[in-house]
This record gives sequence, structure tokens and C-alpha cells, in this order.
Amino acid sequence: MKKFKKVMSLTLVAAMTMALLAGCGGSAETAAEGETSESEAVETSVAGEGFKIGAIGPSTGGAAVYGLAVKNGAELAIKEINAAGGINGYQIEYNFQDDECDNEKSVNAYNTLKDWGMQMLVGTTTSGCCIAVAAESANDNMFQITPSGSSVDCIKGNDNVYQVCFTDPNQGIATAQYIGENAVASKVAVIYDSSDVYSSGIYEKFAAEAANQSFEIVSAEAFTADNKTDFSVQLQKAKDAGAELVFLPIYYTEASLILTQANSMGYTPKFFGCDGLDGILNVENFDASLAEGVMLLTPFAADAQDDATKSFVSAYEAAYGETPNQFAADAYDAVYIIKAAVEKSGVTPADSVSDICDKMKAAMAEISVDGLTGEAMSWDEDGAVNKAPKAMQIINGNYSLIQ
Amino acid sequence: MKKRNISKNVKDNIITYGIVIVAYIVIQILISAGSLSSLMQGLLVPLCVYVILAVSLNLTVGILGELSLGHAGFMCVGAFTGAFFSRCMENVITIDLIRFILALIIGAVCAGVIGFLIGMPVLRLRGDYLAIVTLAFGEIIKNIVNVLYIGKDSRGFHFSMKDSISLGLETDGDVIINGAQGITGTPKDSNFTIGVILILITLFIVLNLIHSRDGRAIMSIRDNLIAAESIGINITKYKLMAFSISAALAGVAGVLYSHNLNSLMATPKNFGYNMSIMILVFVVLGGIGNIRGSIIAAVVLTLLPELLRGLSNYRMLIYAIVLIVMMLFNWSPKLIELRKRFSVKCLIGRSKEVQ
Amino acid sequence: MSFISYLINGISLGSVYAIIALGYTMVYGIAKMLNFAHGDVIMVGGFTIFFAVSMQGLPPALGILLAVILCTLLGITIEYIAYRPLRQAASSLAVLITAIGVSYLLQNLALLIFGANTKAFTSVVTIPAIKLADEQIIISGETIVTIISCIVIMIGLTLFVNKTKAGQAMLAVSEDKGAAQLMGINVNATISLTFAIGSALAAIAGMLLCSAYPSLTPYTGSMPGIKAFVAAVFGGIGSIPGALIGGIVLGIIEILSKAYISSQMADAIVFMVLIIVLLVKPTGILGKKIQEKV
Repeated sequence: MKKFKKVMSLTLVAAMTMALLAGCGGSAETAAEGETSESEAVETSVAGEGFKIGAIGPSTGGAAVYGLAVKNGAELAIKEINAAGGINGYQIEYNFQDDECDNEKSVNAYNTLKDWGMQMLVGTTTSGCCIAVAAESANDNMFQITPSGSSVDCIKGNDNVYQVCFTDPNQGIATAQYIGENAVASKVAVIYDSSDVYSSGIYEKFAAEAANQSFEIVSAEAFTADNKTDFSVQLQKAKDAGAELVFLPIYYTEASLILTQANSMGYTPKFFGCDGLDGILNVENFDASLAEGVMLLTPFAADAQDDATKSFVSAYEAAYGETPNQFAADAYDAVYIIKAAVEKSGVTPADSVSDICDKMKAAMAEISVDGLTGEAMSWDEDGAVNKAPKAMQIINGNYSLIQ
Repeated sequence: MKKRNISKNVKDNIITYGIVIVAYIVIQILISAGSLSSLMQGLLVPLCVYVILAVSLNLTVGILGELSLGHAGFMCVGAFTGAFFSRCMENVITIDLIRFILALIIGAVCAGVIGFLIGMPVLRLRGDYLAIVTLAFGEIIKNIVNVLYIGKDSRGFHFSMKDSISLGLETDGDVIINGAQGITGTPKDSNFTIGVILILITLFIVLNLIHSRDGRAIMSIRDNLIAAESIGINITKYKLMAFSISAALAGVAGVLYSHNLNSLMATPKNFGYNMSIMILVFVVLGGIGNIRGSIIAAVVLTLLPELLRGLSNYRMLIYAIVLIVMMLFNWSPKLIELRKRFSVKCLIGRSKEVQ
Repeated sequence: MSFISYLINGISLGSVYAIIALGYTMVYGIAKMLNFAHGDVIMVGGFTIFFAVSMQGLPPALGILLAVILCTLLGITIEYIAYRPLRQAASSLAVLITAIGVSYLLQNLALLIFGANTKAFTSVVTIPAIKLADEQIIISGETIVTIISCIVIMIGLTLFVNKTKAGQAMLAVSEDKGAAQLMGINVNATISLTFAIGSALAAIAGMLLCSAYPSLTPYTGSMPGIKAFVAAVFGGIGSIPGALIGGIVLGIIEILSKAYISSQMADAIVFMVLIIVLLVKPTGILGKKIQEKV
């Protein structure tokens, strides 16, 4: 038995070393596999002649819905660009890596993409991971544009990182100002996710700005990632405090539950949300009448009637069988922003990662992009985007612009 | 007879240290030869973290014989206290190494103290009840860290459990622990060399404890509590000793973890029960009570999902299947029987399959 | 007035925990293993009903029946493939880890099959809500159905275990597998039956969970599963009435601490209470004390 154990442990050590070696030699291999699996989707170009764009987000785990949207949105844009002849004639190769919404795994995903030869990064999808990855990409001077990492910390101090979405403080302040200036309500309740960077970030700025506005926050209740099915208490408190409006700086998954539960307890305030709420009408089998009258400040609505949105939505539905949400639109825009910046700066795939980044940084200061999530988007030096949020209201099961 | 036993132990220990050192040297050579991918280089520190965690949990599960599902909680304590210290002292102590060593000590002590405090009431419970209570403590720690706000300004430290606005910071204030947003901007002090040194220290502590008088007392509690008590072994003392050492080592791993990432948050993913269970998987897969096994299992299972990246969407599915198959292969009495009948050759073939 | 509605909310949340805890405690009591995959079997049940009723338009009763059958088969299969080979393993921890593996497997399978998007579940309960005191207090139909099914299942299980031959065999197996085998009881079949019943309960729990909280993702089952596990321990794991009491008490504590102490710290408070209860009464509220012999 002892001998057996010895043999066993030795073989395991051998296996380990093999694994390590396989890891070093094999990582190129894995990357290659990734390429081939993607190549079905994306037309491959002549070796060494395309831009290599990587993307990161959670495609497994509880946040998978957002990561998969980014994956698909970016892929769709890249397919379109490749079909139209690429950027300045260069085709794009695309590789998406899963980070399970974990900071450490996100850095692993980033390193995997680096081994693959990534030159520009669309990512990461979630704020927390984005902060961790931004620290690494700043080291490498890799051009990074995050579709939906909205925390200020994602771009703070990292001049290589740009955002497509609004920063959290911007959203919080804009919402508070909108509610105050348009006198939507005088008593406001907030329900937010205290364990989420995005949600608590917006709430804090909202609460700070509310002090300057004409309305009053009568109840501010939190929930956590481990406790997000039952909202009866939060709603009851809002109701008891006499709130006319409930502000929901959260994602639509939880919001759909809040709307259902408010309805079943007979509480009918106005609901107001942020960009995370976009997508609520597309929750499969969701009773859209519950969302009637919900207002939200969002840069994107899948039901918008302009041509760009319409063609994006129909192409997305054809390719992936579901209606795109804001994350997909942000990722789609991110790729087109890269395209615009590349065209402006004239970088080529032969340039080094750091050169590409420097030239792109210069170009980002000058370009202005019309995308799905905003018109004439431009970027300041920090990497934050300048665009106007649109106030939308859900009327008759459709988003419509409030003017 | 006794002498032979001891020398066998020593030999055994040397093999364990040897594996770590050889692995370190091999990797250093690979790095200097430039043939190690960025992914692998990025994984080196996390590997050290998980190895330390697995070894330290093995002390509780394998040597003390108590099932703990709250190990990530101690890691969380270490990570946050260590990172908090480094963030505060970033401009005071400018020598990275000294600051990091101090952070390690602080993290280990805090986690150890928390382990001691939790252990005192909890270790009276047994079996699955102890498991659920440790799980509960892990979740409590995570939950509290998530509502903790600590800021610093010219007037000193401010503390709140509500939100960062209620800290009432001056304009020059800096929110260090920002609730769910955690600690951002921890200096990246961890590196592979320190990680390996910490693994060696952990091994030294754990292996020496096992082969000491205290260690034998601890194992006697595992094997038969009532018999151990009847021969005058102080159950509470030894249980607490093993439990708090294990917690302190988890704290060390936490400090290492937090100084490897720029942003530290207590999510269900990294400090929740999922992580505790993951560490338990390392221990059980590697062999309960088998320190070397823990190291190997931690490395293999941490690398596995990364090496499976080529499978894209099917990655975690395959990972789950491999985990089940490995468990059945390692633990099923029938398969063990079967394995014994096969020759070494088959074994090598099989372990490759597992890999 | 708001206290009463908090209390009712607590009971309705607790009844969902209770019905999940019944399955947990059943399996634990007989097979002596923590089935971490139980929560994910619940999720499978939820998806089956969603698929059958909302997508295919089958009548709800048929959908539930389908879910029960599927989950039962799933439970037996899991037990046969993943748990049975390890029953004689050197450590009882081995089977715990495989259970975790099975849990990951089910989650990721569901992710691949159904996608990550949240699905809104249409409640299969059609009983109207009871409104009291000028609509200040509302007891939803789901709550009523959940509590009634909890009680019915509890009574049914107790009768089954105490009055039928198969139930007696289960008790014998839970006391001592070896002795039970000597008495001519087919241990494997008995444990399979336990998993079949436990998984059938999971299907029903899935229906009630998703009716009460109508959102469905591949991870729907995992957190309620853990909470229900806590509830089962709370009430004394292995005890069938204990699961009901534990679940309801846990739900009430959770809602009241959210309402009166802190909505962010609710989980910490629930766990704190659990620890205190276990320290005072180490085997839970209704648990039996087992004297250990040398």
C-alpha cells in the first residue's frame, strides 16, 4: 500500500510537471483552439494581417447574461466590419474569454488573451473585474475600452482605458437632477444592491445630489447578492413612507421581481431606473403590463425606431435568437469606436501593442462617434464618455422618449 | 523502531519540500528562458494562495478531523486587514517588502484571533453541525465586510456601517474600504518568490505540528475523542490550537491574494461558501490528512479551468465532469480495489487521462 | 399593522424554505449525506414546468407531473452514478464533494441548454390572494398553497415513514445500514427510493419557489438550497416536522431583521441566530441527541 502511494504520488508529480509544461507550451495551443472555434463565426484573414481584438466577461455564473450579451454584441459588430472589408482593409480576429465575474479569473482571462496576441481589449463587462484588469492593461499599455464597466475606478489613473457607458456618478447625478428638475415626485424611495459596485455607486451619488434637489429620499433600502428574491420588506417600507416614486439603480433581473411583488401587494408608485433596467421588457415570458409607466435614463432602447438600432436588433435576433440588451449595444459600439479610432490614427496590425495604444489614445481625443448608445460620443482625457442620456418611459409595452 | 519511524517522517517531509522547491526552480528557469506564457505567469501567485489555503484547511479537516466550511471567511479577514494596512501605510513605509511582511503578519494575526474567537464556542459542536456553523460564520464575515466603510482624512479614521456618505469625510478624505466596492488600489506586492517562501513556511509549520507531541494529541482527538479525553488530553486547547493556526495560515493566503489584485471585493465568488467548498475539494481530492496531496490537488484544480479555456462554453461543464470522475476514481472502494490490481504503467496512463 | 404584514411575508418566505428543507432533511436523515445538488434539482424542476407550461402551453397539472417524473428520474440517476459508488468510501466527505460536482454539472448544463437570460415564470397557482383589514394585509395565493402543501407533505411523509413497510425500511437503514441489510432489507433500493422521494419533493418545491418568486435562471436553486439547508439544520436535521418549523422560523427572522435592523445585514443576522440556537441546542430545535459511546 505504501509503495502504491509512493508510486501514485510520483505519477501525480509527473502529471503535474506535464501539466505545467503543457501549460506553457500548450497555452499557444489553447489559444489556437480558441481561434479555430471562433473562425467559424469570424472570417479568418491571412495570418498576421488582422487586428486581434479580445473581449472579457462572465459567460458562466450568475452574471453570465451580461457577459454573453457583450460577447455576442462585439462578435456581431466584428462580423459586419469583416464582411464590409475590415478596418482600413485589415480583417479582425476575435477571441472572447470567460471571467466568471471574478477579479482573479478576469486577470487570468486577460493573460490568456495576451498569449493569444491580443492588441486591443473590449472589456471587461463588470466593474469590479474591470478595475483589476485595468491595472494590468495599464502596465502593458494595452488599449482597453470597456462597454459596461461603469465605475470611476475603471478609468481613474489609467489613461489607456475608455468607457462606452456612463460612469456611475454621472448616472446618479443625472437621475437626481432629472427627477428634481421635472418635479416627477417629491417623496422618493430607493432600492439598491449594496453588494454590487454599479448599484451602490449610483445610489451614493444619487443620494448626495438629492440633497440639492427639490425631492426627499424617504426610504433607502438595500439587498445583497445572496438575498435577492424577496423584496417585500423593501417595498413595504417604501409604501409605509409614502414614496410616490421608487428609484431602482439595479439590473433588470431583480427589477422584474420587484415589479411583480409590488403589483401583488397592491403598491403602485412610479418606478424610475438606470441603464441597467433596459432589457426588462425582454425577460422571457415577463408580463410587460407590470412595467407600464416605468421611466428610465438609458442610452439605448431595443425598441427605438431609428434605422441603426432597428438593423442592429434584427441582425442580433437573427444571429442569437434573443433581443439584445444594453450590454450588447455597448459592446457593439465599442467595436465601432475602435474602428473609428484605428481609422483616425492609421495604426496597422504590425505595430506593437504599446504603439497602437499610444496612437489610439491620441485619436480617441479627437474622434466623435455616432453609435447605438449615443450620438456624437466623444471622450475626455480620463476616458469617460460624453453623451446625453435619454429619458425613456415604457408606454404600451414599448420604450418611448420623453421630451 | 521509533528511530526508523522518525527518519521516515523526515524523508517524507523532505520530499514534500523538495517538490515545492524543484517546482519553483523549474518555473524560474522557464521564466528566464521566456517560455512561460503570460497566463501561467499570472497564475503563479494564485496557485501559491490556493496551495496555502489547501494545506491550512487540511490541518482542520485532515489532522483535527473537523469539517469546516468557513475557511474563505478567514482568508477574507486576512485579505482585508492586510490590504487595509498596506493602503494606509503606502506613503509611510516606502520599502515594499517590509510593508508587505508587516501586512502578512497583521493579516495572519487578525485571522488567527478571529479563528480563536469563533473556535471557542463553535468547536463544541460536531460533524455536520460544526460544518454548518462554520459556513454561517464565513457568510457573516463576508456580509459584514460588505457593509464596512472606513475612510481616512486629516482628522483621522472614520468608520460607518451604512454608506460612504455617512463617513462625513473632509474634502481631502480617502475612502479606503468602500463597502461592496471593497479596497481599490492595493499595491501589488505579491510575487511568486514570496508566495513560494510562504508555502514553505506553511508547510514547515503544519508538518512540524503534525509530527510534534501536540500534533499527536490533535490526531488522537480526531481518532477517538472520548478515548483522548480519558487519557487526560485537553480537548479544547488542542482543538483551538489547530483551528486558529489553520485560520491564521488562511489569513496569510488572504494577504497574498489581496496584494496580487488591484481591486479587492468580498463577493460570493471569492470569499463566500463557494470558495470554502472549493478549498475543501482540494483537500478531499488530494487525500484527507495528506499534505502533499493537498498541494497537488490545489495546483491541478486551479490550472484545470484555465487549461480548458479552449473549450469556451463547455469549459465549466467539463470541469464538473472531471471533478466527479476524479472523485470517483480516487475514493470509490471498488475502483481503488481495481486500481491496486493494475500495474504502474496503467497508472501513469490513467493519471494522464485525469490531467 | 406593518408588523403583521412583515410577519405574513416572513411566513410566506419561510414556507418556501420549509418545502425545500423537507427534501433536504429526508435525504440527510436516511442517506446521511448533505446533498448539495438538491437546490439544482429544484432548478431543473422549475425549468421543466416553465418549458412545458409557458413554452409548450401544456396544462399546469401536466407540467407539474412531468417535472416530478423528470426530477425523480434525475435523482435516482444522480444517486446511482455519483453517490452510490462512494457510499463505502473511507470518508463521508468524498460524497459531499461529488455532490458539489453534480451541482456544478447541473448548473452548467442548464446554462448551455436554456441560456443565461432570466425567464419570468408564470405562477401556476390560480387561487386569489386574501385581503384583510382594508387591503393593508395581503396573503398571496402562492403562500396559501405553499403552506398547505408543506403541511400535507409533512403529514404524508411522517405517515409514510412510520406506517409503511418501505418507510420502516428507511428508518432501519438510517439507524444502521449493516444491520438493516442483515434483516433482509435491500439497502440500495431503499436509498434509491429516498432519493426518488426527495427529488420529487424538489420538483414540487421548484414549482412553488418559482411561483412565489417568478424568476428563473440556472442559478435559481443554489441560494435557496443553502438557506433551506440552514433551515433544516435549524429545525434539527433529519426531523421532518423540524424542517417545517425551521423553515418558517428562518423566513420570519430574515424578514423581521430586514425590516427592523438592517436590510444589508439580514443574512448575517439569520446566520447569527442559527449559531446561537445551535450553541444552546447543538442538534437543532427538534433534533434528537445522540449519545456517543466509546
